[in-house]
Amino acid sequence: MSRAETAAAVRTPRPLWTFGLLRSELLTTFRRWRTLALLGVLAAVPVLVGIAVRIETGDGGSFGGPGGGGEAGGGGPAFISQVSNNGLFLVFTALAATLPFFLPMAVGVVAGDAIAGEAGAGTLRYLLVAPAGRTRLLLTKYAAVLAFCLAATLVVALSALAVGALLFPLGDLTTISGTRIGYAEGLGRALLIALTVAASLVGLAALGLFVSTLTGSGIAAMATTVGLLITVQILDQIPQLHAVQPYFFSHYWLSFADLMREPVYWDDLVRNLGLQALYAAVFGSAAWARFTAKDITA
Amino acid sequence: MDEPSVTEPGRPERLERPERSERPVRASAEGAEVAGDAVAAEEAVAAGDAVIATRALTKRYRGGQLAVDGLDLTVPAGSVFGFLGPNGSGKTTTIRMLMGLIEPTSGTARVLGRPMPRAARAVLPRVGALIEGPALYGFLSGRDNLLRYDAADPTADPRTRRARVAAALDRVGLAAAAGKKAKAYSLGMKQRLGLAAALLQPRRLLVLDEPTNGLDPQGMREIRTLVRELAGDGTTVFLSSHLLDEIEQVCTHAAVMARGRLITQGPVAELAAGRRGRLVVTTPDTGDAARVLKERGAAGIVIAGDRVTAQPPDGDLADLNAALVAAGVRVRGFGTERASLEDAFVALTGEGFDVAG
Ligand SMILES: Nc1ncnc2c1ncn2[C@@H]1O[C@H](COP(=O)(O)OP(=O)(O)O)[C@@H](O)[C@H]1O
Ligand SMILES: [Mg+2]
Repeated sequence: MSRAETAAAVRTPRPLWTFGLLRSELLTTFRRWRTLALLGVLAAVPVLVGIAVRIETGDGGSFGGPGGGGEAGGGGPAFISQVSNNGLFLVFTALAATLPFFLPMAVGVVAGDAIAGEAGAGTLRYLLVAPAGRTRLLLTKYAAVLAFCLAATLVVALSALAVGALLFPLGDLTTISGTRIGYAEGLGRALLIALTVAASLVGLAALGLFVSTLTGSGIAAMATTVGLLITVQILDQIPQLHAVQPYFFSHYWLSFADLMREPVYWDDLVRNLGLQALYAAVFGSAAWARFTAKDITA
Repeated sequence: MDEPSVTEPGRPERLERPERSERPVRASAEGAEVAGDAVAAEEAVAAGDAVIATRALTKRYRGGQLAVDGLDLTVPAGSVFGFLGPNGSGKTTTIRMLMGLIEPTSGTARVLGRPMPRAARAVLPRVGALIEGPALYGFLSGRDNLLRYDAADPTADPRTRRARVAAALDRVGLAAAAGKKAKAYSLGMKQRLGLAAALLQPRRLLVLDEPTNGLDPQGMREIRTLVRELAGDGTTVFLSSHLLDEIEQVCTHAAVMARGRLITQGPVAELAAGRRGRLVVTTPDTGDAARVLKERGAAGIVIAGDRVTAQPPDGDLADLNAALVAAGVRVRGFGTERASLEDAFVALTGEGFDVAG
């Protein structure tokens, strides 16, 4: 008996342990075939948009008529008319094209599966008896989903940057306000926009995580989260609902275009970030309340 | 790839017994060995350190199902404790409460002397568990599965992680298959990988919920051998099973559950010894033998081949034997079978063991 007794004497948690769990979580998330497939689809979007613009403008004309910019009307995603003049605009166009649906759908899948997928597979009970600790596990899961938001956005941006450089000329660019900025500053704005887009997904990530604590089926949680996304996107288009629309997590998503104004128009950008923080706080708390009190029987 | 075997060559199983129907009459060698282990465990109880102690532990699921009803369980340190009950009797529910996965409706549970689920973070690093079968990440290799589970333990030292994972894989005989994706594992391999996860650290308690479920007889033997080896190291093992034979072969102590209630608990030898075994008469004249036994008050007479078995009547069995011979029954063998846990179970519940709760 002594061997087991002494060897199992009190072991104290290591301070850096949380990072070990996060590292494991990131490795597990990004080694999934499903995660890689989602990122692959996102990387393909700029390629398709770039090729389409290239074919459309092959005769030297410009796409979608003159003007364009952030307030693009029926002519397709924002900035698309500028892509043929400057490849850097493909970054903005690709983000504007994927933000309404592709990007949040991918986030909804990963967030919805975060807890429910582990519950469905039964691995959740082994993580909990390890013991990962419910609060830490939830925080780790949320951190991993946020990492995915960032990775997914950067994949779109980098793919667009590469395709834009290959298919179109590069150089100084014109802001929505009509001023010209250098290519280096343009790159800086592109990075800022990518970070803003990633931050726009923070609220949905929290919502998805909350949904994920409600069910033991990863598929159900993913479908619910993506369903909520679509519903909100539709409701956001109905004029009669304009009184509540400012509270929809997607309402200010396209405000990232304001970063291409000179000077930058901050109001909607700040509202967007505030709304995301509110969603993160509300649904993060709800997920915590639910998950820490839940019977894990799967 | 061949599944590596856990059973070491030249090391036959300690407590393997022959078929039930041919169980040797009277006290057997393995009976004595079980009793010996039980004595050692008894001393630990005397020292006052129950590894698991529950008081009026009760769980009613949200659907209204009363799964565990007023359970008072005491698992002595150093024991191999069998938690026996038919399917649906509340074994897994009890284990979930002990491991802090679900909240009891009422009552208390203490594991390693600390209340659960409150002290989960202090208790669980010293407990290895296999609950309701293994659960693995199919897209990860066996080794990566263990690395992930180990990373979830706040007390696990990351510097020794790889070495401990390798040792655990080795222990369950999976070293050769460590790089293979878990989804390609057979059920037996998955079960062993689940056991390996429970062995990543030195543990004071192993909780194994039906660890041989779904395995073929060879796989069962391997797992049982492993459990005995682990118990031999001094780790307390809490083993749930719906198989009576398994408990009798492996355990020093047992508790019997039926319909969420504890029926009895104690050293295995005592549980069975408290009951009178069945009378067995071997004779070519089975019809006559049955008639005589019936006249003498024996109940539950069963004739199988040249064996007549019955609940022995009160009184000296020597007189019964004399009566058989006087009636012209040619008696080849006469004796009592050691009472089994199943006899105890039937006597206590008045129902067969296969009844689901
Ligand atoms: N998650 C659950 N929700 C509702 N009832 C359950 C749940 N899990 C088990 N039960 C019920 O509780 C009883 C005990 O189940 P369980 O503890 O799994 O038994 P055992 O492990 O002994 O087979 C059964 O009647 C079962 O149907
Ligand atoms: Mg069970």
